[in-house]
Amino acid sequence: MDTTSSELLSVVASRELAGKHTVFAGIGLPTLAASLAHLTVAPDLEIVYESGVCGAHPSHLPETIADAVLITGAEAVLPMPALFGNVLQGGHIDVGFLGAAQIDRWGNLNSSVIGDWAKPAVRLPGPGGAMEVMANSGEVFVVMRRHDRRSFVDQLDFCTSPGPDRALADGIRPLGAGVTRVITELGILARAGAGEPLRLVAVHPGVSADQVRAATGWDLDVADDLTTIEPPGEAELRRLREEVDPERVYLR
Amino acid sequence: MADAVAAFVHDGDTVSLEGFTHLIPTAAGHEIIRQGRRGLTVVRMTADIVVDQMLAGGCVRKLVSSFVGNSSAGSLGELRRRIERADPEPLEFEEYSHYGMICRYLAGAQRLPFYPLRSYAGSDLPSVNPGIRKVRSPYDEDDQVYVVPPIHPDVAIVHAQRADRAGNTQVWGLTGIQAEAVYAAKKAVVVVEEVVDDEVIRRDPNRTLIPAHAVDAVVACPRGAHPSFAQGYYDRDNQFYRGWSAISADPARLRDWLAEWVLGTRDHAEYVAKLGERYWAELAVDEALSLPVNYGRRR
Repeated sequence: MDTTSSELLSVVASRELAGKHTVFAGIGLPTLAASLAHLTVAPDLEIVYESGVCGAHPSHLPETIADAVLITGAEAVLPMPALFGNVLQGGHIDVGFLGAAQIDRWGNLNSSVIGDWAKPAVRLPGPGGAMEVMANSGEVFVVMRRHDRRSFVDQLDFCTSPGPDRALADGIRPLGAGVTRVITELGILARAGAGEPLRLVAVHPGVSADQVRAATGWDLDVADDLTTIEPPGEAELRRLREEVDPERVYLR
Repeated sequence: MADAVAAFVHDGDTVSLEGFTHLIPTAAGHEIIRQGRRGLTVVRMTADIVVDQMLAGGCVRKLVSSFVGNSSAGSLGELRRRIERADPEPLEFEEYSHYGMICRYLAGAQRLPFYPLRSYAGSDLPSVNPGIRKVRSPYDEDDQVYVVPPIHPDVAIVHAQRADRAGNTQVWGLTGIQAEAVYAAKKAVVVVEEVVDDEVIRRDPNRTLIPAHAVDAVVACPRGAHPSFAQGYYDRDNQFYRGWSAISADPARLRDWLAEWVLGTRDHAEYVAKLGERYWAELAVDEALSLPVNYGRRR
């Protein structure tokens, strides 16, 4: 069965949510992954959105993190101080999903600028709640549409969302492990937590470790027991296409 | 609305506009453009379309924000031109994270000198924003934490579903940071879909997010949050969001848009009428009523 990159990333990310209880999801691929996991490997998963929605049960696929369909039928809708203060900073999120323009080997993320902050070549949306998701979630999964040297960099142009190593160096012990999984079209990079760099642990069929190394802007470690990712199965794809995103809002 | 903006928004003021994707006070932003305010500091967590429009309208000198983008629908052309190329003039920009902004409002609302949060450690943001500082816990020498300063806008403008004449304001759906913004500000204007009888509010007091004592003016302005939405009233205009990136990418096109839709309309009612009933029918929502609760009454 032919799969698009959105389908591939969503299915692979959804599998990683097996056994998780609460996930902080942004819109797009994280929503697809969390929704699919809810139907497959994590039926009890509570999906929390930055807008304040906990336990969303939307009738349609949401187009934004604040879509009206997320409100109707939700288990709770919290004001922002409660969502960010009690839920997130209080340590109630197992997995946070983040994206970024740049990532480095320690899982630090840049979503603010390309170039100098004061006079950037490209002004990106900025931190939003990504810094809080990174600082407070048990672990963070990153889904990157592009795996190349412009995104997987040796040095970030700007560190918007620092992982635990940078936080510790700044004298503050973070709650979570930072980025533990990075899912891309080429494979999966993983790290165990503080002090560990990202390593290549799995590749998609037909992708070689050298290919991933060449697309990564730092000297990428490869796991001794590198595995090949099981391609999306028919059942996973059917649920994703027919139940999660039948109107193909994100499944391009 | 014209009276409220004339009375409460002055050149050079710090103006907070809040509403997290839901209930964005767009009509108020448009009226500020119509009245030609200059030199404003705009405080808004998610600087989105209405901020891009106010920038293009020449109203804004400085922006305080934690997210600058056209939601998930693309980019803000005017904002990027001002930050990336100082075109047509530089924009002073103060960047925080979402919770940093929330804590600034909390500190402002509660008259605290700062508010601590478990963010920013290891980030580059403190190096470009002197407002973000690290302090030692007074209880444990080894414990450090970042803090943010309070914010006290001259005026906060928020949109809501309904209020009574006195300003008791009810919101449902996403309640965002509106109440804290109102309490942090020196003056507060609440724009509502409808002004209702006192009895409507009093029959459901838990739904009141902002009590009248915090409100200086109530403005009735149906559909005043477009292109954002009002839960239970009308849906988000996703097509408008998707279309905005192309409009704002081209400065001439953006100024034509402003000339036609903001400066070319007398008020928001005219803007609403110009869009047309068929347009609004597309954004209509069905009913999903909550069940009444029993507040009880002494026998």
